[in-house]
Amino acid sequence: MPSLPFLLGQLFDGLSLASILLLAALGLSLSFGLMRVINMAHGEFLMAGGFLVYVAQQIAPGAALAFGLPLAFLGSALLGAALEILLIRRLYGRPLDTLLATWGVSLALQQAARNLFDPTGVAVTAPEWLSGSFTLDAGPLSGLALAHVRLFIIALAVVVLLAMMWLFGRTRIGLHIRAVNQNRAMAAALGVDTRRVDLLVFALGSGIAGLAGGALALLAPVTSTVGQSYIVDAFLVVILGGLGALRGTALAALLLGILSALGESVTSNSFAKVLLLLFVIAFLQFRPKGLVATRSRALEEA
Amino acid sequence: MRRSWVLSVLPSIVVFIVLLFAPLYLGAYNLMLSGRFLSLGILAMGIVLVWGYAGVLPLGQGVFFGLGGYALAMHLKLAALPAGELPDFMQWNGVEALPAWWKPFASPEFALAAVVVVPGLVALALAWLVFRRRMTSVYIALITQALALAFATLLISRQGTTGGFNGLTDFQTLFGAPLGDERTRLWLHVATVGLAALAYYLARTLAATQAGRLVRAVRDGENRVRFLGYSPAPYKILVFVIAGVFAGLGGALHTLHAGVITPEAVGVVPSIYMVVWVAIGGRESLPGALVGTVLVNLAKDALSSTWPNAWPYLMGAVYIGVVRAMPRGLAGVVESAAAWLRRPRTAPAKPPAADLPVADTEATSHG
Repeated sequence: MPSLPFLLGQLFDGLSLASILLLAALGLSLSFGLMRVINMAHGEFLMAGGFLVYVAQQIAPGAALAFGLPLAFLGSALLGAALEILLIRRLYGRPLDTLLATWGVSLALQQAARNLFDPTGVAVTAPEWLSGSFTLDAGPLSGLALAHVRLFIIALAVVVLLAMMWLFGRTRIGLHIRAVNQNRAMAAALGVDTRRVDLLVFALGSGIAGLAGGALALLAPVTSTVGQSYIVDAFLVVILGGLGALRGTALAALLLGILSALGESVTSNSFAKVLLLLFVIAFLQFRPKGLVATRSRALEEA
Repeated sequence: MRRSWVLSVLPSIVVFIVLLFAPLYLGAYNLMLSGRFLSLGILAMGIVLVWGYAGVLPLGQGVFFGLGGYALAMHLKLAALPAGELPDFMQWNGVEALPAWWKPFASPEFALAAVVVVPGLVALALAWLVFRRRMTSVYIALITQALALAFATLLISRQGTTGGFNGLTDFQTLFGAPLGDERTRLWLHVATVGLAALAYYLARTLAATQAGRLVRAVRDGENRVRFLGYSPAPYKILVFVIAGVFAGLGGALHTLHAGVITPEAVGVVPSIYMVVWVAIGGRESLPGALVGTVLVNLAKDALSSTWPNAWPYLMGAVYIGVVRAMPRGLAGVVESAAAWLRRPRTAPAKPPAADLPVADTEATSHG
């Protein structure tokens, strides 16, 4: 039987993994819910965020985070906007084709990263105040260590989630997004500029992925394949969470992050992945539309 | 009717016969390449069935390819050993006894059956789970992709029993015949062409049956098919299982031609590449898929080693271009060109309906 501090430590790791999954999956889930588009190049926005933090560190070594994270957000958002304008809006209504075309983009972006940066990866050094950890030396939880970096990532995810909830629930643009999400034709008829909403949501989601990449850069060197290694898990989060539902995505990220961390503590890393996939498939047997399904009486759904 | 059927089947027969005699005009290396590409072509035709006909994008065909490939590779590995000894990689990894699930693969009959049965059963289980619950095609694409990731990760991590990252290689004999021998190579080539032809005519025949028509009807309007009283699930499951078996067969043949199977050939990225071949060749065309597979792989063989940096850009650009400009791939381009050539030369003063051959109206109504 593993000790309590060990289990809590695993839980904490799971929470930080869940935070990254949430940041990576938010954009996917939003654009999937809104435009029925799956963006295979989404992982490369994550990668771009990591490289942008590295660039920020080269420019201003002291302020890698304060300068790097906004840069990662903006850079990835711009990249996302460009992709939406140049490719995705031209393939509207062909979800599987979009999936394939964006995979071509992903291939090219990865190669671009290999050409621009060191192919073996570049390292970002976390600032002083993030390099330590809270350690408990006494009491029943003695031995539990919470790394500052991971705490920072969890906080980042919570802040982003709260900001999204505010944007969706309290602002005019959020109202428009929800309207398009519920019924695109009706929203357009009432004067919502659906194209602009699409573009905005896509850029926003890409920017959040960039943040995730920036956060990941604090944990491990940034390589051209960093996006690939998270994207499949992020897809699972989207599927499990349900289409375009913020709450569902958050819940699914939490569930998958913690399950995979706990799974890794009882079995091997790779076997945990298989179990996770089986869990998602089994779950969809009972709720094919994911954790939080938007109710609809429409017959044809993408 | 009879004549048009002969006309439509004749080109493929000619092509397969020309391929059969490839050893007469191809060198050893090119013969190996043609064997490899034909094996991949069998898999590609399975993708046409699932993606082009049933409208479900499979992003995990590498799994079935791998199941077939590893099933045969395990037998080849055991066949190369004196009785009672362990494969080399197991010894290096400190595995002391042959795992129980390896043991049956010592029998060639079992291994041959497993090449077809194991991918078929796994495909059946997966298809049964996802198609029965009316999951959308995007979900299925992502789930099959996750399956490919899980499969490759599992193979890499179980180094002692799967050969890990290096996979299984260093085969000696196939059913007693030395693999390096020219005669064996020749028979292998004949078997590959034969199986590719078999798969082609099987898929073609299936597409022409009522089940095949229903599969395409499901693609074009699933709910309409339901309203007409059919359940779409069995038809989707059927094509998914056939595609899985094709992939397993292709994997086994490819393992024989290439002499190696690794996790690198079965994971997420190779699985997407398999779809790329079909997209370029034409997702709704069996010959198109074969041609696309051969073309892309030839290009890869020629270019990716000379310009490793440019290859991903080229592939990415071709891919975006194909999806944007020619969604029906090369086959679509050929069909459009044929239709353009056959267009009425003069201004259509009188409608040329009565004397038009059957094949023509079929070709135009299909496009």
